[in-house]
Amino acid sequence: MTTVLFQRARVIDPRNGVDGVRDVLVTDGRVAQVSQGPLPAPKDARVVDATDKWLVPGFIDLHVHLREPGEEGKETVLTGCRAAVAGGFTGVVAMPNTKVVNDSALVTELVLSRARDADLCHVYPAGAITKGLKGEELSEAGELIGAGCVALTDDGRPVMNAGLMRRVLQYATQFDVPVMVHEEDLTLSAGGAMHEGATSTRLGLRGIPSSAEVAMVARDLVLLEETKGRLHVAHVSCEGSVRLIREAKKRGLRVTCEVAPHHFTLDDRAVGDYDTHAKMAPPLRSDVDVKALREALVDGTVDAIATDHAPHGVSDKLVEFEKGINGIVGLETALGLTLALVHEGVLTPRRAVELLSDGPARVFGLPGGHLAPGAPADITLLSPSEEWTVDAHRFYSRSRNTPFHGRTLKGRVTQTWVGGRCVFEDGQLKESR
Amino acid sequence: MRHLLGIAGWRRDELEALLDRAQAHLPGGPDASHVLRGRVVANLFFEDSTRTRSSFEVAARKLGADVLNWSYAGSSVSKGETLLDTARNIEAMGPAVIVIRHRSSGAPGLVARHVKCAVVNAGDGAHEHPSQALLDAFTLRQRWGRLDGRTVLIVGDVLHSRVARSNLLCLKALGARVVLCGPPTLLPPGLEEMGGEVTHQLDAVLPQADAVMCLRLQTERMSEAFLPSQREYSRLFGITPARAERMRPEALVLHPGPINRGVELSPVVADGPRSVILEQVANGVAVRRAVLEACAS
Ligand SMILES: [Zn+2]
Repeated sequence: MTTVLFQRARVIDPRNGVDGVRDVLVTDGRVAQVSQGPLPAPKDARVVDATDKWLVPGFIDLHVHLREPGEEGKETVLTGCRAAVAGGFTGVVAMPNTKVVNDSALVTELVLSRARDADLCHVYPAGAITKGLKGEELSEAGELIGAGCVALTDDGRPVMNAGLMRRVLQYATQFDVPVMVHEEDLTLSAGGAMHEGATSTRLGLRGIPSSAEVAMVARDLVLLEETKGRLHVAHVSCEGSVRLIREAKKRGLRVTCEVAPHHFTLDDRAVGDYDTHAKMAPPLRSDVDVKALREALVDGTVDAIATDHAPHGVSDKLVEFEKGINGIVGLETALGLTLALVHEGVLTPRRAVELLSDGPARVFGLPGGHLAPGAPADITLLSPSEEWTVDAHRFYSRSRNTPFHGRTLKGRVTQTWVGGRCVFEDGQLKESR
Repeated sequence: MRHLLGIAGWRRDELEALLDRAQAHLPGGPDASHVLRGRVVANLFFEDSTRTRSSFEVAARKLGADVLNWSYAGSSVSKGETLLDTARNIEAMGPAVIVIRHRSSGAPGLVARHVKCAVVNAGDGAHEHPSQALLDAFTLRQRWGRLDGRTVLIVGDVLHSRVARSNLLCLKALGARVVLCGPPTLLPPGLEEMGGEVTHQLDAVLPQADAVMCLRLQTERMSEAFLPSQREYSRLFGITPARAERMRPEALVLHPGPINRGVELSPVVADGPRSVILEQVANGVAVRRAVLEACAS
């Protein structure tokens, strides 16, 4: 293991209340020392001049679709990990809705083994709530968690059966893992292709009302209160949801939530002229919702920024809007879109870092997320004001489906360190083999 | 070459120029059989519509064009070919204009971005049906001269209607006031932003109308729970002889066809003196000749 000394970095470590210029020493894959004064460089240490850079806990993305097993043409664990570290993420939670659903230890182990082979960042699988995501029978949560799953979710689909949802919230309390939910009442969203509003009317597309999400959030909060479980609401998209979650948190319910960068950056007008790159579930909402999400990011209602990285092939998007598959890739644009809120004065640097690292680590009880001595040396070094233009063709992800192609973002990852090893530096991957 | 994907994006003077051109294509006008001679107009109909397809076909032939009719039934689309595959195959046959009818909103626009020839939208999902709006405006202009200051009432299922959207945009652009009326479940949000006024009280607005445009009611709206029954719809929003009595003496009645007789429009009114429904059909050919001419040149 190399010893590394980062000099004169602006260290932002929300959990430990640090925001200031520090030297950081890393030995044996862990943070050894964070010092206000200059530290002497140990013999054989790699010295990194981090002047004008932010040194922050490695980002953790609670919501990533790695597509392996089954749709390796869109992404693999390896290509997903490359995209992750290029985006400053040192850990990702892999959703179970692969083709061979992760509803058994076998699939969990396969994903973990691919992640070990990739050897780039931490991959934490999430297991399916129900067998085959069919919403009928519970999958063996104990086995899944034993094999390494950190959460249970049928993401991609809601759990429409309230009785079953109640049971899983109860059942999961014995393992103390969060139940992560994709909130969409399918009877309200049926046939919808985008948010219901003036834009859907103009385009003549069937709309998905906000109530499709809010009604399910309300239902699950009622069940949560009764079961004393842990609920994590994925990709919250609208005002009504954040209002209910804020209230529930005040009453002490164990509910957490995440918001995706596209939902706090774009509104439904981004669909423009039937742009399938702006098609996702939940859909891009109204400007009022965007404002509400931003407020919820500031006031602590939102625990984490998660990308819902959803790779798809070109032919999945080059079709009629109604036929277009939902989802966009997000790992490589998340930092720039989050820092846009800092540059606009919406978020403080500390809060932005918290939402990308400490927040998600706490939500799923994952290691990392902070930089106290002894913490794993999962570190992201970034230039907060460096401008760059998104070029989807240069993504490390195997897919290019993004509405942000061509957009200029401010804030770029310069180095990503996982367990004390540099895995990404100056635009280049540092793979172990 | 210019596409006609919708009324949106066209200025008033451009729309008026198109309507003026249509005037010259009315029966008895100058011979235009040379305008598209030797050129091909391709009709791509992914959704059945004998009326619209026939109207475009007659218009194209009267301009001297060869017509290539392609329809969804029995095509390779059912075997997994994409819309763009189909369009590019048709494009390879060298048409001057591709006319597209499709059940998905935005489909003609998608094709237009990937082919080199002109694309005319002959109706896409619930988005637009611009040639229908143009022929409706043409018909009203024929009666009134100008549309400025006139009130047009559009009644029915606006939510699912491309005719309603194109007409709203077209009539507004030409200076008319447009009121949209129907049950709340069939009036989508944001119509005001497109320039319309919205009401659910037909009898209250009926006396203000210079023209009433009925929309066709699809029977599946009952099973989808947008409405309790045709009977109730007809009672609340049907243009019955009693309602026609309460309209202004010169007020006109339009319908894009085909009519559900006795549902949105009573036969007595449809065939009565207020009705300009057959004029709409006749004008459709002239307007579509003007559209093809403009797009092919
Ligand atoms: Zn989801």
